[in-house]
Amino acid sequence: MDRTDDFDRGETGTALPGYEGWAEQGELFPETTYLPAATKPEGEAAIAVEHLGKRYGSQWAVDDVSFTVPRGWTVGLLGGNGAGKTTTIAMIMGLVIPTTGRACVLGNDMARSRFSALGRMNFESPYVAMPAKLTVRENLTVFGRLYGVPRLAARIEELVEELDLGEVLNQETGRLSAGQKTRVSVAKALLNDPEVLVLDEPTASLDPERAEWVRNCLGAYQRRRNAAILLSSHNMLEVEELCDRVVIMSHGRIVEIGAPHEIIRRYECDSLDEVFFIIAREEEEAEAQYWREAGAQS
Amino acid sequence: MRQSLQRVAAMTLRYWYMLRGSWPRLLELVYWPAMSMVVWGFLQLYLSENKTTLAGAAGLLLGAVLLWDILFRGQLGFTFSFLEEIWSRNLANLMMSPLRPAELALSLMLMSFVRLVIGTIPVTVLAALLFGFNIYGLGFGLVAFFANLVLLGWALGLVVCGVVLRNGLGAESLAYSMMIVLLPVSCVYYPASVLPSWLQPVAWCLPTTYVFEGLRGILLDGVFRGDLMLACVALNLAYLGAGFATFVLMLRSARHNGALLSMGE
Repeated sequence: MDRTDDFDRGETGTALPGYEGWAEQGELFPETTYLPAATKPEGEAAIAVEHLGKRYGSQWAVDDVSFTVPRGWTVGLLGGNGAGKTTTIAMIMGLVIPTTGRACVLGNDMARSRFSALGRMNFESPYVAMPAKLTVRENLTVFGRLYGVPRLAARIEELVEELDLGEVLNQETGRLSAGQKTRVSVAKALLNDPEVLVLDEPTASLDPERAEWVRNCLGAYQRRRNAAILLSSHNMLEVEELCDRVVIMSHGRIVEIGAPHEIIRRYECDSLDEVFFIIAREEEEAEAQYWREAGAQS
Repeated sequence: MRQSLQRVAAMTLRYWYMLRGSWPRLLELVYWPAMSMVVWGFLQLYLSENKTTLAGAAGLLLGAVLLWDILFRGQLGFTFSFLEEIWSRNLANLMMSPLRPAELALSLMLMSFVRLVIGTIPVTVLAALLFGFNIYGLGFGLVAFFANLVLLGWALGLVVCGVVLRNGLGAESLAYSMMIVLLPVSCVYYPASVLPSWLQPVAWCLPTTYVFEGLRGILLDGVFRGDLMLACVALNLAYLGAGFATFVLMLRSARHNGALLSMGE
């Protein structure tokens, strides 16, 4: 195992389960816990997506998608608009029933027995709102009770402190700025100490400083809980920073999968942003070629 | 079981927070039934002054109006609490939480009851003060009528919510239109015998017909018809079961067709 590969972020914190020995031996960066994919053991899959497909009419929104998110890993789900990310996430959350294949979370097939898993997972998305007329405290109280969070008041106070929500706690959620709403949404996602966290654009609407702060919160949470995180984002720098593995989708299919640095190297690029553009261009060319051939045949 | 009740309590608390925080919503609960009662109350006064046959049955119209409103508001209270989730784009949050469909339905029922109590009690007091009609004089009959109308309101609410889940907000007008369709065959203001013979079996398939015939039984003949109420309860239980089955089937269908993804947009 190449432990030096891409081992340069230098974030600090407590060691991941299974890595305590490294810190004791003082190897490399003793306190570094944000381990790149190449060095992390791929343990039990918290999310396992197997040949997942969803067809609406004659159109496949998601077509034969397979990947896993092991415990303690962050996996990025990338792709342009209409790539199938949202549908894939919806099937993982049990909101949509797949046409083919299955999405399992913590060993539960989400199409058949989602309630066994839903209490142990949570999600955040700027496209799903919380009741606007309720205050932040009321919303967190309602969701905390829905998830059966023990010592709820104390848990809310913890999150309020971690995510700096003190000033807005008694304000109506609908009156908050977009950035404040995102932080409230992240607080809701962490309320039940989930083992699996699904994040759709977790730093959307945040200024760079706040975004970095939220990323650190999520990183710290993952280290403490050894949680599996599935992250969808258009911010490639964020993905490079957070993700151990990325899954790039286009037209409902997976077109690339691997550690960010591996993919960047494979495409001989400097960043995931460049890779993203290359893939988008290739897809466009392939589509144009298809239509040219179809036109020629007819 | 305890966790399940906790989730029902959480949802009821959510709806209570919403209601408590909005005085227009609270006012609206009383406003419409009060206006309706005032109009029908004056009509009742006019009819009694003109010595019509209805004059002998004090409160027949007012009683019918108040009871119909229990059904109407019971159904609306159920449906509108649910629609609030879609309007606030919160439905996906709930559907991706451990909340079961039965728990959601139960919390909607509880909130419908709370809204009904808030809206109905002031109006019944107003009816007594303005027109001297004391609906509480119906005694046990009132309890039976109330329970049956509320049950039917919930059954209809479940169907409306299911259809909205499956087909989106375009179907929300069903909340009103379904009640309008029921009104003529529910025999609210006239006995079932007035209907054409081919329509009477349809009317007797509706629990509302039993309730309003029961009301007329008490006000015109001074008799509480227990047989009507038993048939009514049996029908209501069947409708409630069918309503919940429809809700669950529509939810499953919405999960198949991806309707929950775009809900509220």
